[in-house]
Parts: sequence; structure tokens; C-alpha cells
Amino acid sequence: MIILTPLKKFQFPIQAENINPDVFQGKSVKEIASLPVWEGNKQKKLDGLFKIEETPAETPNITIKGDASEVRRVGQGMKTGEIVINGNAGMHLGEKMTGGKITVNGNASGWTGSSMKKGLIEIHGDASDYLASPYRGSTEGMRGGKIIVDGNVGSDSGCYLRGGIIIIKGNSGPFLGFHISKGAIYVEKNAGPRLGANMTGGKIVVSGVVEDLMPTFTVDSVKGKVKIDDTLKVEGPFYVFLGDLAETGNGKLYVSKSNNSHLSRYEKFL
Amino acid sequence: MTEMLIKNGFVFDPLNGINGEKMDIAIKNGKIVESVNEHKAKIIDATGLTVMPGGVDIHTHIAGAEVNTGRMIRPEDHIKDVVRKTALTRSGTGYSVPSTFVTGYRYSKMGYTTVMNPSMAPLGAKHTHEELNDIPLLDKATFPLIGDWWFVLEYLQKGDLEGCARHVAWMMETTKGYAIKIVNPGGLESWGFGRNVHTIDDVVPNFGITPREIICGLAKVNKMLNLPHSIHLHTNNLGIPGNYVSTLETMKALESVATDGRPVGHITHLQFSSFAGDSWGNMKSAAEEISKYINNHNHMTFDMGQVIFTDTTTMTADGPFEFTLYQLSGHKWVNSDVETETSGGIIPMHYKRKSAVNAIQWSIGLELALLIKDPWKMFMTTDHPNAGPFFKYPKIIAWLTSRKARVATLKKCHKKAQKKSLLPSIKRELSLYELAIVTRAGQAKALGLKNKGHLGVGADADVAIYNINPETLDIAKKYKTARRAVGNAAYTIKDGKVVVKDGEVVQQVDGKTMWLDVETSEEMKVDEEMKRKFRQYWTVEYENYPVFDHYVKVSDAITVKASV
Repeated sequence: MIILTPLKKFQFPIQAENINPDVFQGKSVKEIASLPVWEGNKQKKLDGLFKIEETPAETPNITIKGDASEVRRVGQGMKTGEIVINGNAGMHLGEKMTGGKITVNGNASGWTGSSMKKGLIEIHGDASDYLASPYRGSTEGMRGGKIIVDGNVGSDSGCYLRGGIIIIKGNSGPFLGFHISKGAIYVEKNAGPRLGANMTGGKIVVSGVVEDLMPTFTVDSVKGKVKIDDTLKVEGPFYVFLGDLAETGNGKLYVSKSNNSHLSRYEKFL
Repeated sequence: MTEMLIKNGFVFDPLNGINGEKMDIAIKNGKIVESVNEHKAKIIDATGLTVMPGGVDIHTHIAGAEVNTGRMIRPEDHIKDVVRKTALTRSGTGYSVPSTFVTGYRYSKMGYTTVMNPSMAPLGAKHTHEELNDIPLLDKATFPLIGDWWFVLEYLQKGDLEGCARHVAWMMETTKGYAIKIVNPGGLESWGFGRNVHTIDDVVPNFGITPREIICGLAKVNKMLNLPHSIHLHTNNLGIPGNYVSTLETMKALESVATDGRPVGHITHLQFSSFAGDSWGNMKSAAEEISKYINNHNHMTFDMGQVIFTDTTTMTADGPFEFTLYQLSGHKWVNSDVETETSGGIIPMHYKRKSAVNAIQWSIGLELALLIKDPWKMFMTTDHPNAGPFFKYPKIIAWLTSRKARVATLKKCHKKAQKKSLLPSIKRELSLYELAIVTRAGQAKALGLKNKGHLGVGADADVAIYNINPETLDIAKKYKTARRAVGNAAYTIKDGKVVVKDGEVVQQVDGKTMWLDVETSEEMKVDEEMKRKFRQYWTVEYENYPVFDHYVKVSDAITVKASV
């Protein structure tokens, strides 16, 4: 295991796509120390920014001790291995990853798990905006894998989801699940406005309050419980809405019946 | 450095009938000359290299409102192709809609020196010229869209061809344009009312004329004005299965206009106009029918619009067609109605080998290029960026010159496309001489550019030198080597200056913008009636409409004497 400890509080963004188990694989501490990273517009070596130690433990492969909220692109495109961040993580964490596991014992920043294909990201704090969403303008959303957030997430999370599961144990900001076509998103608490806008498939389940339901969703039925994946079934009852009718209308939106009495007006259409 | 001598290269100069002869090319003051003083001149040793005139591209969307909108809606396209600045060149982005500077650099790296921006809404003319000014290393020209322009439609409705000709002459000067561009004639005007035309004899709403009348009328006008290029035509029903019928109709309609042996029309991106079948399910190639007609007639020229398998951006003034594409793909899109002039649409498009339709399209482009026997009729383009970005030209060159390269790509295509493709039966492989025709000489000839596309005395000193030795390298077998060589010119010489060496830009120079100054016996007067119409229907006043001379950085006005 390699332990990285920031040598200072970073003032500029660090572009550190080289902090990746696949890159570290088979390299000595000396070789790892000379890997290039960018601090602002200056190229530095990894040991210029971090203290690097090696311990005999096998997993996790990399541990970052301390605040890494300015350290971006950690684990970008990683295929195997495990990263643990004991502190806050920076933007683009685990972007386009295709396997392995990342754990954050703190908060994560924007674009965490952006366009990921496989693997697991656990955030034991809040995640910021664009969780699992693709780069601006792109439609290549998350395709598979799993993201679990213990806290809240910001806006525009889970956009263009095409597979995989996102579990949010706190609240979500606006535009959750924009344009999703497959996969599932579960929000244990409340979801912000424009929920599931333009969705063409997949499912979004909200156990808390949905104050602002888009008018392009139509009520379909009431269901007792919903299966998120093989390990998770959520107790309802839920209103089942179909939408977004501005698109194909094949997406499914499950909204808790008991926490959303203002939606009872839809019952007359059942 | 005003004198230069390119020594001992294998020269391919089809306009002067030179086919791979070992000879020297002398350059003085940016022009090709008979000879120079060998002691004073800069010598470029081209021993074992192929020397051709600088490349000419007849159809590539590189500047203007739709290109810029394409840039705006595709941030994800730029992030995958970021170009850093160097001590000499400026930074920028690709991929499918590159920034202006990157456009210039990448064309120049392939040995191209002249490009044509084929569609400019007259209202966006100032913007287009500002962008063209920023494209270095290339000579440029741009074609105003006037096939659905209200004034033209009114003249044609009245049958006043002379008035129409004077108006078009005025438009060329006003927009600093080079040729008449017609896109889906009649269809764009109909699209303003949510409709389209489906045959060349459908009636255009409110004007009561047909696409046939627009095409033939403007072809006649083009002849009356003696414009160097013919009308530049994007056919009706483009990109719709079964459209080859209206393409044939269009070509037949123009037969009557051709009387003096000169081409009267250029159908651009012919691939998109050669679909048979009646739905996307049974869509197939009509290359056989189309090429059979073309091989028997000489009144038209064409370019390929070859599909490249990649993620690109489609952009055309054909608004209704872009709407069809949107309905097929559901992708983000832009559609606009440019006042009384034209329409426009943009939508990203990913051409995939494993899509039957895309693979058939890929096959159609090559079938056409190979089945049309005369290379002076069919030129190489991708309709950049509609069927693929221009810097993928080396791939097309490989497919055209090497059967092995074609087969290798076809093998990876959708099974249905493989079964339907005519390519396995086509043995033809273009020689370097024919390649020089389809990539420069033929295009320059069709465009009526007297000083481009050849290396005769008096021509502009635009030269491309490639690391291909025709005596030792068989481009049909070693297509990968050839592909690298044509993608990275050993030298590109622009106006007598070396601008690219070994695929790297070594000097930045500005290119000229060519436009037509058409002299008619009686000039069109902008009368009060026309100004009133401007006030009523346009968002700009007439006074702000023309492209003034100072908008064009390096202006190259070509004077044309009209016969009206």
C-alpha cells in the first residue's frame, strides 16, 4: 500500500490522473515519486507535493491521508485496485473508471464517477454537482457500476445514466437523472425540482418529498415496493409516474405516497 | 527569399499532362516560372519525392454562422482534441469543427493550399469573412446561398432572367462570394412554413415556381454571368432513401442548359444523393444507376461526400433534412430560419461501422468515386464535417488507391452492408496521377481557378511535396505508408514560401480571400422598393448589409465580364 500525505494546503488545482493503482502497479516508491503531476500551470513531481510511504498491507492500494479537495482526477480511468481518501476528494474522482473501488471518508467534489463504466465508489459524506454525469455536452453517461453517497448530492447528478446504480442516502439537488435511459437512482430523502427531466427509460425512486413534479409525467399506478437491485428493495407505497412525455415517456418515476400528500390530486386519474 | 527551385521530384501535374516525370519546378515571387538562377535560389531537394500542385478542396464547411454554432453546441467534441500552442502556431481545438487556426494548420499539413467554404447565408457574410480572415496558410472563397433567396425567387417567378443575373452579380459583390450555392431548392423556403418539397416539380408555397425552375434558371443566370464555377448544388431529398430518382431528374433537367461543352452544374456530396430503396430498412446503394448516367453525360461535375467512421457534426442549410436526422437520432440539435434567405440545421452524428445504414453510405461514396470512369468529374471530399472531418482525407486516399485498404475496412462493417456492397467487385485503384486530379487539378478546373491546381508557368506557387517514391513504393500495397505520407506533407509551399516541413508548420502566412467582381453592362440599382423590403423583412437595414472591402483581410477580387 502506498500512503500519500499532502505536504501543504494546496492553493492551486492539482491535475493528478497519475494517482491510479494501474499506474502505480509494479513501480517502486522511487519511480512513483517521479511521476508527473500539474500544480496550476507548473509541472511537478509527485513527491514535490506529497509525502510518499509504502506499507506492506495489500489493500487498499493507495491511501491519501488529509485534505485532497484540490487534487483532481484521482483514479481517472482506473481498471483495478482500491483507493481510499481519508479527507475530502477533488473533482473528476474516478472519472471514466472501468473497475476497482474508491472510498472517500469525507466529501467528494464535482463530476465524481463521471461517465464511469464499472466499479464502486463509496462516499461517506456529501457529493457535489454532476455526480456520475458526463462532460458538458456529452451524452456518454455512466454505463455501469455503483455509486453510494451517504450524504447529499448537488444538482445535475446522474445525467444521461445508461446503466448502473446510484444510491443517495441524503437529499438531491435539482435536475437529478436528467435524460437517463437505463439504470436506477434511489434517493432516500428529498429530491429537488426538474426530477427526471427528459428521461427516456430507467427508474428513479424517491422515498422523501418531491415538491416539484414536472407536468410532463403521467401517473400510472401505485406500487407497494420497488426493487432497486438484487440487494436492495425499498418499501413504499409509491406513486408510479411515466415520463418524460416530452420524450418517449418510457421512464419510470417512483415517488413515496406517504411523504407526498400534495400529489394525491393525481389519484383521481388512476 | 524570392526564388526557389524544387529539384528532381516526380511531378504529377494533370492539367499540363505531366505524369510522374522527373523534373524541376522553378518559383519566383510566388509564381511558377520557366527557370531561376540556381546559385541564388533556395534549393529544395525533392529526389525520390512526389511533387503535386497544392491541394484544392471544393466543398468544406470551415467558417460562418453554422460552423460557429456547431462549435458552440459541441464542447465534448473539443475536449477530446485540444491543440496546444507552440512558439509559432496558436492554440485551438478540434475535432469535427476545428477552430479557425487549427483548420489552417491541418489543411496545410496535408499539402492543401486552397479551400472553398460552400455555404454562407448572405446575412452571415460579414461573420464568415471574419472567420476566413483568421484561417492561415490557405486561399479561400465562399459561396453565398441564393437558391431560396426571395429576390431571386421573385425574378424567376416573373421569368426575368436578365434582372435575376444583375441581382446575382450584385449579390456576389455584396457578400464577397465566389459561386452560386443552391441547397434543397424550394425546400428551404417551404421549411419556413413547416413543409418541404419532395420532387423537383413540387410547387414552392407563395411563389408558385418549382425546384426545376430554380435550378435551371440559376444555371442559365450562371452562364449569362460567365461565372468561373458552375452552380453548386445540394439536391432535393438529400439523405432520404430512394432519392437517387430526384438526383437523376435534376441532372436530366440541366441537360437542356448545357450547350457549349462546359459543365453547368456541380452536385456536391453525391453520396448523400444516391440512396435507393424506400425506407431505412431496405436502403441500398444507387451508385450503379447514378454512375451509369454520369459516364454517359458530360455536363456536370461532382464530389464524393465520403463517410468516415467517426463521431462528427452535421451542418447544412438544409433545415428539413436536419430535422429528419433529429427524428432518427434524438440527439441535441439546432435549427434556424435565416430570415428570407435560407435555413440551417446542426446535429451531431456518429457514423458507425456496425450500423448498416452508415456502412452502406460509406460504401456508396467509394462505389461512386470508382465507378465514375472520368476522374475529372468526381472529386474527393467528405463535405467536412458532415460525413467526417477533413483531416481524415488520407484514409479516403488509401481507400481510393488501394483495394486492400477498402477490403480491410469493409470486413469490419455491418454484415448487411458487406453483402450489399459493390466494392468487392470493383478492381479499380487510382494512380497517383488520378489522385492528383481528384484532389487538386479537377477541383481547380471545375472551380475555374486559372492559377491553381497546376504547376505550369504563371500558376500560383502552391506546391505539395509528399514522401512517396513512385518507383519504389506501391501505394496500393503499402497503403499505410502512403496514408502517413499524404497526411504529413514533406513540404507545403504557399505562394513560394515553405509553410510546412515534414508535417509541421514552420511559417505562418495569410491566405487570400477570392471573390467575384462581376461586370454587367447595366448595374443593378438598389431602388427604394428594395430598401423598403429590407426594412420590412430583414432585421438589418440595407446600409448595414453589404460586406465592405475592409472586412476582407487579403482581398483577391477576380473580375468577370458578364454577357448581360
